[in-house]
Amino acid sequence: MLFALIVLHAVCGTVALVGGRRLGRSAWLVGGCAPAAAMVWSVVDRPSLIDDGVQQTVEWVPALGLTLDLRADAFSALMLLLVSGVGTAVFVYGWHYFGRSTIGPRVAGLLTLFAGAMFGVVVADNVLALFVFWELTSITSYLLIGAKDDEREARAAAQHALLVTGLGGLVMLAGLVLLGQEAGTYRISEMLGADLSGSAVSGAVVLILIGAFTKSAQYPFHSWLPGAMVAPTPISAYLHSAAMVKLGVYLVARLAPVVADIGVWRPLLVTVGLLTMIAGGLRALRPFDLKQLLAFGTISQLGFLIVLFGIGHPEATAAGCALLLAHGLFKAALFMVVGIVDHETHTRDVRQLPSLEHGWTPAKVVAVISAASMAGVPPLAGFIAKEKAYEAFVHGSGGDRLVLVAIALGSVLTMAYSLRFITSLLRPDAISPSDSPRAPADHSPRRMFLAPAGVLTILTAVLGVAPGLWSGVVDRAARALDPQSSASLKLWHGFNTALVLSLATWVAGALVFALRRPLSVVQNRLAPPVTGDHVYGAIVRGVPRFARRLTAVVQPGSLPLYAGVILLTAATAPLIALASGDAWSGWPEFVGDPAHLPIAALLIVGALAATVARRRFAAVILLGIVGYGMALLFVIQGAPDLALTQFGVETLFVVVFLLVMRRLPDRFERRDSRLGRGARLAAAIGFGAFVSLVALVAASSRTSPSVSQTMPEAAYTDGFGSNVVNVILVDIRGLDTLGEITVLVAAGIGVAALARSGRRTRRDPARAIDTPTGEVSA
Amino acid sequence: MRLRSIILDTTVRVVFDAALMLSLYFLFAGHNQPGGGFVGGLIAAAALALRYVAGGLSAVIGVVRVPPRLFLGIGLVVSCSTALWTLRASAEPLDQRAFEWTMPLIGDVKLTTATIFDIGVYLVVVGLVLTALTAFEEQAAARTAADIDPDGEP
Repeated sequence: MLFALIVLHAVCGTVALVGGRRLGRSAWLVGGCAPAAAMVWSVVDRPSLIDDGVQQTVEWVPALGLTLDLRADAFSALMLLLVSGVGTAVFVYGWHYFGRSTIGPRVAGLLTLFAGAMFGVVVADNVLALFVFWELTSITSYLLIGAKDDEREARAAAQHALLVTGLGGLVMLAGLVLLGQEAGTYRISEMLGADLSGSAVSGAVVLILIGAFTKSAQYPFHSWLPGAMVAPTPISAYLHSAAMVKLGVYLVARLAPVVADIGVWRPLLVTVGLLTMIAGGLRALRPFDLKQLLAFGTISQLGFLIVLFGIGHPEATAAGCALLLAHGLFKAALFMVVGIVDHETHTRDVRQLPSLEHGWTPAKVVAVISAASMAGVPPLAGFIAKEKAYEAFVHGSGGDRLVLVAIALGSVLTMAYSLRFITSLLRPDAISPSDSPRAPADHSPRRMFLAPAGVLTILTAVLGVAPGLWSGVVDRAARALDPQSSASLKLWHGFNTALVLSLATWVAGALVFALRRPLSVVQNRLAPPVTGDHVYGAIVRGVPRFARRLTAVVQPGSLPLYAGVILLTAATAPLIALASGDAWSGWPEFVGDPAHLPIAALLIVGALAATVARRRFAAVILLGIVGYGMALLFVIQGAPDLALTQFGVETLFVVVFLLVMRRLPDRFERRDSRLGRGARLAAAIGFGAFVSLVALVAASSRTSPSVSQTMPEAAYTDGFGSNVVNVILVDIRGLDTLGEITVLVAAGIGVAALARSGRRTRRDPARAIDTPTGEVSA
Repeated sequence: MRLRSIILDTTVRVVFDAALMLSLYFLFAGHNQPGGGFVGGLIAAAALALRYVAGGLSAVIGVVRVPPRLFLGIGLVVSCSTALWTLRASAEPLDQRAFEWTMPLIGDVKLTTATIFDIGVYLVVVGLVLTALTAFEEQAAARTAADIDPDGEP
């Protein structure tokens, strides 16, 4: 069933993409089938999912032992409910949001593919399969952020997201492979029993966490997420609040049982998570753009989740599971409301927002309830999750108390930015006073447009009032991660420390919001001058600049220099090996065969003559003579295949040289200084001497019998041929030959393309207009 | 148009056919005697190159009649499909097979999949040289035209 659902996503997504404009608005129906089916399945099959989990193994390439291992346990079920549930809501929302927009069908198709990739990550049991699905979410996210591809800003933001999350994914792959090698298995379910320790595992943990941090927009990799808000709001509501950015949290939660005891795991996660929670909360107090506010709020909440899952506390894990669901519900609803405001009033900037009066009440109710859940106000789902988190740390050690203080501080900020969000919608003048009274909005949203956000908000409220509904699911999910953890979610725990903390948080949060003017002055003073965006920009600009400078140094365009470097390297590198080893075994026999003497004389005379020839044509012919002389040597040594090849190559070589030489002057130029000629002479003599030396040593340093001794027989029995050379080429090393002829084909295409491109710039009048000189040929 | 040497022209014509036959011989004999697809292809290419030196591109095109890139493509397809076919028949790609028949008049005939693979190599080598010859010729022609055309870039 798991695999079938992934395939269903792929098929629905592809149909929506291929159908494109022909499908029009119904692309949302086609695409929405997949997440809806996933949601129905995870609800209907919930008992078996959360009790024993579901496993499936798909044989892929049996000969190589490649299988696709899928496994869904109770925690996967929680993620699946979130991803498919919010996904279905987003598809309904997107149907209204995009209307008859031309990019609608493409967005629908990509969203479906994205949902499939999310599904894959959550149910993958093999870390490599997990990586593949993980990168698929990065790629679909890239395409979705850049959905409005005619906007430069959208393209830049998409690239930013892809570079950061893609690079993080590659780093994570290195960590996953390292972890898999150390554990001796790539299956997450089998890693649990492995005995993991040592510096290699620590390294793997750090690499994997970098991947998780980039995906979940943790400091210092957070800067792509606010930029990604240029995407149409259905995309932000799904990818950048409820689903994709939770993947980093998912990975941390999933691997925590395996590697939580490795030294770096907890300190790194708790530090980064708390830093992100507080810094994100502070940044969320400043923007006027409502989506930006929500984006920084999301960053802050993701930091909170990372802390909860990273600290390895059974109760904190349970609180994390609850918050995962609660956050998905309220944040997606809030994004949807902002999208509706943006859609109806064409702005989401508080400073330009019209006053939302007539018919906006349902939207405002949704926003207030969801934001209250975000701030942790009872009786809503967010309150229950946050209360659970406080409780987890209240009874802990001294270190836990410290974390609790930081979390409370983050929650104060959450309360403050929630208030800022609500006030922005209800009374925008309180945030940004304007001189002229705000005009009322032209029209209000239709009921159906608001329905998905409404359903999510109702869920937020119902889950808050009746915690028993989700207590079981959260409890099982937490147990799947940590058998000691248990979550009995309750609305009223009695008057305890956690409740006092909550009360203090609300009061302090309200205070921070009330004092926003003086605080913002302080904040502007204290704000670091360099933001993540600046760093990213500097890197993106710096790398090509560095590459250009490096290229200018190593590729100056001088052929003699290239040749000199290559020859000297070839001459000296083997010399080091010769000097360090005891390879010299004396001179070989000086003249092996009298027939060698005339050929040697021919070779030497031809080579020397080529160096002193004044005309290029003569030099080429002389080089050809050297080549034929080599072929003769092969003949005498009993290598007819080699000789034939050498003859053929030499002939072609001379012809091709002649073709090239039509472009060059007839005679060599002699503009070299005495010094330059001396250097060339030294390089040539040095190269010749060293190559001769290496040849002498190599010929006499055999230590074991040659592998070619058994080949003549093997050639006939295995390769059905008595020409060993040929059998090696077509059978024993047949794949090499296949690779080589592929290179030949590529070279042929390259030669043809080069010649064509040279011609077109000269001949094609249409292109001539574009040339910098601006001359137009007649 | 460059001057042609009648002696060269005629000699090349005579040698050309012999060289092509030789290349085919090397191609098919290669599995058991000196030769093979690569050598055969080189000899055929050298023959074509001689033809080119003697008569220019038109002479070569007159002999070949199909676009050079077709040689490259067909050659690669032939070799790759041999590799895939052997992969289907056994676990390893390019684990060659042999087939023997007894045909009337000719006697025993043995055909190995290696020969088919070699035909692909032969075609690729010939195609590469033809592509290079054509490309150089086209570029040279373009350059000459640009030199003559007073408005063109120098």
